[in-house]
Amino acid sequence: MTFNDLFRFALGSLGGHRLRTALSLLGMVIGVAAVVALTALGEGARRYVIEQFASIGTNLLIVVPGKTETTGLPGMVGGMPNELTLLDARALDRQIPEIDKVAPLVVGTDDASFGARRRQVAVVGSTWEFEEVRKLSVARGEFLPKADLQRGRPVVVLGLKVAQELFPGGEEPVGRIVRIGGWRMRVIGVLAPRGVQLGMNLDDVVIVPVVTAMKMFDRRSLFRIFVQVHGSAGLEATKQKVLRLLAERHDGTEDVTVLTQDALVATFSQILAALTLAVGAIAAISLSVAGIGIMNVMLVAVAERTREIGLLRAVGAGRRQVLVVFLTEAALLSAAGGLLGLAVGWLSIEILVQVFPALPASPPVWAVGAALALSFGVGLLFGWLPARRAARLDPVLALVSR
Amino acid sequence: MIRLEKICRTYQLGGQPVHALVDVDEHVPAGEHVAIMGPSGSGKSTLLYTLGCLDRPDSGSYWLAGREVARLSDEELTDVRRHHIGFVFQSFHLVPRLTAAENVELPMVFAGLPRAERRERVEAALASVDLSDRLDHRPDQLSGGERQRVALARATVMQPRLLLADEPTGNLDTSSGRQILDLLDHLNDAGTTLVVVTHDPSVARRAGRVIVLVDGHVVRRLPGGEVMGAADLFAP
Ligand SMILES: Nc1ncnc2c1ncn2[C@@H]1O[C@H](COP(=O)(O)OP(=O)(O)OP(=O)(O)O)[C@@H](O)[C@H]1O
Ligand SMILES: [Mg+2]
Repeated sequence: MTFNDLFRFALGSLGGHRLRTALSLLGMVIGVAAVVALTALGEGARRYVIEQFASIGTNLLIVVPGKTETTGLPGMVGGMPNELTLLDARALDRQIPEIDKVAPLVVGTDDASFGARRRQVAVVGSTWEFEEVRKLSVARGEFLPKADLQRGRPVVVLGLKVAQELFPGGEEPVGRIVRIGGWRMRVIGVLAPRGVQLGMNLDDVVIVPVVTAMKMFDRRSLFRIFVQVHGSAGLEATKQKVLRLLAERHDGTEDVTVLTQDALVATFSQILAALTLAVGAIAAISLSVAGIGIMNVMLVAVAERTREIGLLRAVGAGRRQVLVVFLTEAALLSAAGGLLGLAVGWLSIEILVQVFPALPASPPVWAVGAALALSFGVGLLFGWLPARRAARLDPVLALVSR
Repeated sequence: MIRLEKICRTYQLGGQPVHALVDVDEHVPAGEHVAIMGPSGSGKSTLLYTLGCLDRPDSGSYWLAGREVARLSDEELTDVRRHHIGFVFQSFHLVPRLTAAENVELPMVFAGLPRAERRERVEAALASVDLSDRLDHRPDQLSGGERQRVALARATVMQPRLLLADEPTGNLDTSSGRQILDLLDHLNDAGTTLVVVTHDPSVARRAGRVIVLVDGHVVRRLPGGEVMGAADLFAP
């Protein structure tokens, strides 16, 4: 019996029971579609995070108050840490030659208003170095001036969206006085469009001198310090120097965490990859349920076609041929279900990407391969029992069965 | 062609042994036309399935074309059925989803014959039973007589040397039945060994020899021409 004949024969018998065939396919379709769509979602989230990190500069160290354990993320355990101060930032800049620029950071939210227009904004307090460290650029006017760190001048750089909303209709914001909270500040620049980065929409912020922000929000400490290292210097060695210096300044206790971009990316990537795998595995369980559906259909088919099986044996079909015929039917069922599921999964991802364009969701190749292989394997596995039952039927009993 | 020696077949039915065949000795030379008669439950079908290598006897020996069947493996038996034996059943046993042509093609599909040859042989086989215009009809689009002729075409398409028929006319009206019997006679004339199970004395009369079974025993052998009615035949 050639492959071609086998294929046609199996297809013919599946076609004889369209509804039943379709229903058993459905389980497989849902299973494979779930694996494909869910892993695509997880993978999309992972890539999204990586892209976010990649868009901030390399050679970047981020100093965060508090000591972490092993995760690479700032932990909340271990009591109150010493606070990071502006003096810490200045010390880093002055005492470690490998450090190129230091940008201290304070954040808060407040209302920004110009005339009758008002909106809530994120207020970022930093220094002129922030522009380069975070790879910002100014569309109009200037960024924060290279003034003394300690001077809190009432000037502000507006994010693009803030500027557009406070100054609609092409009005020139630079040089105007806006209110941020209770403070009157002169607009000195507008940022070029940038979008969301590291969870902060840089189009939706206003940037003020760090000391100004500390006064506005009545803070004495920093949220974090961005450190840009000279291109030629080693990131890891510099990190150690930063840790040592800050420990010295904080009475010998190592109470800050220095994150490198690599470590952050790796950690997030690992977490999200594990999540993707877990979600994919859960979806894969539905495939085995689909396999049971196929087994059920095949068992019914064997019972229903007992007389046919007897006849096939009488006209010269061997046990093995009967086995192969029924296995082929099961395999066809599951393969068709797998391919259809792939299509459905793909379609749902397309729709998802239309709705959330920022999410680079596409199923990982391994997940597509695994889903297809698994659906096919499940079909064969669960098709085996019914096929074997068909092959083992006594031909005479099969022939005379009713 | 066929030699049976002390063939016994016993079924277990709820712990009770049912003796379907008891010490059957028989010799059927190649080309003979034999009818098997007997009351219901006397073992006729069991004997026919045994001859067709679908059923194995519990004891005794069966030589088919010089080979002892008991010694053959399952695969060899399949091969024997495929190439040397054709079956015709009372209830036709056509596969309902397949057309007449596809039903006839079935044995050749499993034998792995090339497609072009299959097509040719299907057409020839259906032509020989006068159904050239029904190739693409499904069984439910055919009359009983036509169905049995398709089944006969299927049974002969591999050109078997032994044709076994279990009440081939049992579900047919007289004229369709006669058509089938004529075709069977024709095949026998062409050299095919023919064994027909029947209740019908007029069918048995066509056979060269009639074997009468009662309770699994061969109780009589007589020439087909001497068959009169059923009642006197089955009397012990
Ligand atoms: N699979 C089986 N299990 C148990 N008993 C069986 C089985 N097949 C047949 N028998 C018994 O064996 C005996 C012979 O059966 P068989 O079918 O050969 O009779 P038959 O002569 O063909 O009858 P009929 O004319 O009604 O077709 C019967 O008593 C039947 O009940
Ligand atoms: Mg019978």
